[in-house]
Amino acid sequence: MERSEGDVSAADLPSIIDLAPDEARRAQTESVTASGTKRNADKLLEVRGLKTQFFTADGVIQAVDDVSFDVGYGETLGLVGESGCGKSVTALSIARLVPDPPGRIVAGQIMFDGIDVLKLSNEAMRKLRGKEIGFIFQDPLTSLNPTLTIGYQITEGIREHMRLSTRAARDRVVELLAKVGIPRPADRLKDYPHQFSGGMRQRVMIAIALSCDPKLILADEPTTALDVTIQAQILELIQKLSDEFGTAVLMITHDLGIAAGMCDRVNVMYAGRIVETGTVDTMFESPQMPYAWGLLDSLPRIDDIRGAKLRTIEGLPPLLIAPPDACRFGPRCRYARDICREDEPELTARAGEGHLARCWATEPGGWIS
Amino acid sequence: MATSSTVLERRVAKPKQSAGLWSDAWGRLRKNRLAILGLVLVILLLTAGLLGPIIAPWNYQVQDLQAVFANGNRPVPPFSPGHLLGTDSLGRDLLSRLLDGARISVTVAFVVQIVILTIGVPIGALAGWFGGNLDNALMRFTDVIYAFPDLLFIILLSVAFRETAFGQALDGLFLVFVAIGLTSWVTVARLVRGQLLALKETEFVEAARAIGVSDRRIVTRHLLPNGLSPIIVAITLGIPSAILAESTLAFIGVGVQPPRASWGSLIADGEKYVRGDPHLVLFPAVAIALALIGFTFLGDGLRDALDPKLKGKQ
Repeated sequence: MERSEGDVSAADLPSIIDLAPDEARRAQTESVTASGTKRNADKLLEVRGLKTQFFTADGVIQAVDDVSFDVGYGETLGLVGESGCGKSVTALSIARLVPDPPGRIVAGQIMFDGIDVLKLSNEAMRKLRGKEIGFIFQDPLTSLNPTLTIGYQITEGIREHMRLSTRAARDRVVELLAKVGIPRPADRLKDYPHQFSGGMRQRVMIAIALSCDPKLILADEPTTALDVTIQAQILELIQKLSDEFGTAVLMITHDLGIAAGMCDRVNVMYAGRIVETGTVDTMFESPQMPYAWGLLDSLPRIDDIRGAKLRTIEGLPPLLIAPPDACRFGPRCRYARDICREDEPELTARAGEGHLARCWATEPGGWIS
Repeated sequence: MATSSTVLERRVAKPKQSAGLWSDAWGRLRKNRLAILGLVLVILLLTAGLLGPIIAPWNYQVQDLQAVFANGNRPVPPFSPGHLLGTDSLGRDLLSRLLDGARISVTVAFVVQIVILTIGVPIGALAGWFGGNLDNALMRFTDVIYAFPDLLFIILLSVAFRETAFGQALDGLFLVFVAIGLTSWVTVARLVRGQLLALKETEFVEAARAIGVSDRRIVTRHLLPNGLSPIIVAITLGIPSAILAESTLAFIGVGVQPPRASWGSLIADGEKYVRGDPHLVLFPAVAIALALIGFTFLGDGLRDALDPKLKGKQ
């Protein structure tokens, strides 16, 4: 999982775009060794103690509760978990796009490339979005404005953040569309979203996310709305381009297969908290949290008996209004003991490097080894 | 990836240049006979308004007294030589006066809508986009305006400003435009607010935010164009009410100053002769009716054409 964590400055990009992918990667590695100076911090993204809450009539929903993680330059980090566990809200918090009201980031620190995101003015934040942080949304069918042309929508970020002439901006858009695999890009600038298929629209969304050479892409379930064959193409594309551009990716997904295939490291989230984190290899070889086992076990296998029921994790995630001081997965965990219901475990180290889990049972001295 | 895209390139012939909203809408509108009838009437009205003085056989204030004398001091009846629609009791050619009135009606129709748009769209957009207290304040203000008796307000305004330069501008019409506009922006404001409330929750707005588009651009470039269809319909359907309001005001003597005459004041003038010379009331009334029918049919047709899903509802 060693990977060159390089970022590419805007200045080197056009030349790289012209190169074939392999040459580009080589050129990129070279430019990184020559000028690692573009980095303003050790880690591209450092999230510390993030708490995002939604203030509703029923009470305060603690959607993201004390979440901390890092994303290195050029790294792909997976954020895995079932619906409603806070993955998307985490991503929205990083870009400060949580709808307010009712949502608010109540505590924590988000350092992006040495910048304290939560202290930025709204205007400064707006300049960061799209330029340094790209966003790929779940549903390409609704994320494009039906009344504006594709060309306009891709140019929008470029116009907002880069000083390019109309012509240069247009050329860049054509280049981007070609990069994301849209045939005859120059002819399609004047087309509207409804003239593109779902997969093609997601390619357009990727082009928009990449339009200003962001250092980080937040991909919020980018393939959930697409069918399986298109999924593979889109993931391959995201991976290829993020390698090529040296962009870090925060890949949010509920699909462990995607996480295994794309990510360097994986965070498993449950009920607003990170319950396990580690490199993809350790996570999949020796998961240390019954929830992660459940997730892995619920994947259909090729050797399953035909017609057999799919395996599920019994029960539902807890409501995030006033969660008790106990293991949040406890009520659904078949290994739970009294301590799990009385005290919440911390994220503690496990065998592999950087492997942490939040589970009493698998801690050293626990009842599962 | 490379292979897949070349395959795509070979297989997919250039899709027929899709129509887009406007030509789609035009295609649907064309199939709607009533709408086309409305469109024809509107075009006739516009032509009359634009070219009125050029095609009019007489100047609207010239008196053909000889013809009146020849008719025993009575208004010349319609279909007389030289006066297709007859004259009034002062010998002024009715057709020419109707054509001049068309000009007034067209001006009223459009200028009032511009006033409505300049007030209604910003208020609705601000309320819908920012929500919260601003929304509350603006909408309560809108409710107050809505509850206000329109005609009374316009009459008061006209009387109060009649003698000022403001009241005299454009033969007294300017005052009428502003007065009608000031009372009728409410519908558009509410419409725009409703559109924005619904649209601002859409994902493409979130996506636009995520690439750092400013609020202002999001509202003007992303939201308003998406909410345009109902606004266009409201405007088209608002024109007949403006024409009607102007005619009503002219009938009761508010607004355009003699010797110019709008259709409403023509009816008021002809009222005295309605027994002997009904044409003096009939023709302006028909003109008003045709204009109203034209815009209403066109508006209904536009609504169906711009939003096919809405058809049959409302």
